[in-house]
Amino acid sequence: MTTPKIKLTDVHKRFGDKVVLDGIDLEITPGESLVIIGGSGSGKSVTLKCILGLLTPDSGTIEIDGESIVGMSGADRERVNRKFGMLFQGGALFDSLPVWENVAFGLIQGHRMNRNKAKDIALEKLAAVGLSAEVGELSPAELSGGMQKRVGLARAIATEPEIIFFDEPTTGLDPIMGDIINDLIVKCVKELGATALSITHDMASARKISDHIAMLYKGKIIWVGRTADIDHSGEPHVDQFIHGRAEGPIQMELRRL
Amino acid sequence: MNPFQPVGKAFLGFLEATGKIALFTFLSISHCARPPFYFRLLGRQMIDIGYYSLPVVGMTTLFAGMALGLQTYAGFSRFSAEGAIAKVVALGITRELGPVLAGLMVAGRIGAAMAAELGTMRVTEQIDALDTLSTNPFKYLIAPRIIAGFTMLPLLVFVGDIIGVFGGYIVSVYKLGFNPGVYISETFKVLEFVDVFSGLVKAATFGFIVTLMGCYHGYNSRGGAQGVGAATTNAVVSASILILIFNYIITELFLSA
Ligand SMILES: Nc1ncnc2c1ncn2[C@@H]1O[C@H](COP(=O)(O)OP(=O)(O)OP(=O)(O)O)[C@@H](O)[C@H]1O
Ligand SMILES: [Mg+2]
Repeated sequence: MTTPKIKLTDVHKRFGDKVVLDGIDLEITPGESLVIIGGSGSGKSVTLKCILGLLTPDSGTIEIDGESIVGMSGADRERVNRKFGMLFQGGALFDSLPVWENVAFGLIQGHRMNRNKAKDIALEKLAAVGLSAEVGELSPAELSGGMQKRVGLARAIATEPEIIFFDEPTTGLDPIMGDIINDLIVKCVKELGATALSITHDMASARKISDHIAMLYKGKIIWVGRTADIDHSGEPHVDQFIHGRAEGPIQMELRRL
Repeated sequence: MNPFQPVGKAFLGFLEATGKIALFTFLSISHCARPPFYFRLLGRQMIDIGYYSLPVVGMTTLFAGMALGLQTYAGFSRFSAEGAIAKVVALGITRELGPVLAGLMVAGRIGAAMAAELGTMRVTEQIDALDTLSTNPFKYLIAPRIIAGFTMLPLLVFVGDIIGVFGGYIVSVYKLGFNPGVYISETFKVLEFVDVFSGLVKAATFGFIVTLMGCYHGYNSRGGAQGVGAATTNAVVSASILILIFNYIITELFLSA
């Protein structure tokens, strides 16, 4: 049996009194693409941040390639981080740097690559997400929301990482660009042999990019299975979610008008 | 309810904040001292702090020197000691006014800008993004700023000292009709190495305080635009108060040494 690329065991995280993760168990095998679905505020981004080491879980273990990473710091942390590429939900581009340098950042800083060579690769990656070399010279603040998203994506894949995290890669994009991004994600995973963990609300995108889907609800993974099986999961929460019905076991915390 | 409870709570909060700042200071210094160093970023910060603060600091010390000259005249002429103007201005500017005024001006200019910039980077997840790109934010963001503050403020204050003394000269020579040659020779006669040196030690300390407070409040800011605003205010207020406290402590140390 192969060691899972990412393994979460009984991960708990709360902010003050608010329990966000209440015992997450999840395993992702190498080369697999898993999508986490779940309602807004259910803790999907928090789960990613725990794996990335940006948040420390209150309890539980997280392993990358069999190595426990909770509480890791300094040089070890940087070594593990070099395996990662991350697309942040809000883009998180460095506004003090031009677009190309954002994309090349991991190569120049993390991998100590020469600037000219890194720039060539950055322009290549920008082209792959449909952005021209002229865009590379602009500042991130001069881009539209969708363009920023694509730059974030280019930055996440620039170092050809082993594990790529996508936090809502297609939100804010037009349907055609959304589908191009989906194809790109599939391509990265297939060609680089990368492992991908994505978050999305967009079921069409989830079906296209994933091998497996996990659903997060009330701080737990309530269902995980093959993407092909999601339509007959036998789990009413999942059914309600994928069909986007207001009526069902998931009650949004709203007051009726 | 126990009436001492709020007092105890405030005291515990104070202890916690002190501990956090101490830890932050320790981490910052240790990262300033260890490679990798980002010379490009250090250069940019040095220019921003050293060169672009010159007009503000120059104006401040110029007018402080002029006012000090006039006040000394107003006070000392009452007992026919107006000949001491040059001495009072030279000592007052180099030992006290130069470093304190420059420190306070730089706290407003640089400390606020650093807190706002780092605070925005924090709330837009740019600091998280640095981490995932295997770049330590302490090394990339904080160390260059602190080193630049620590090294550039003495230079700035040295120039400010000269301009401040010149302010006293202008008032004495053109307004009060003193002999220019005598004014200058009096200035050099009274000044000792330790006068200028103690002022520069203060300047280095204030440069450290301003950049440390700017970075600390920015780095730890949370809660969107409002949080960034609060971080900026806190950076300036805490730096200003610490400058005045340390000004007294250093003066005391040099007197007793
Ligand atoms: N740094 C933080 N401090 C306090 N609470 C937080 C913090 N980060 C997240 N939370 C809380 O944790 C919960 C889950 O947040 P998270 O960002 O993971 O949601 P999400 O599932 O990604 O939602 P969305 O789909 O809207 O992005 C939210 O209720 C949020 O208020
Ligand atoms: Mg989210």
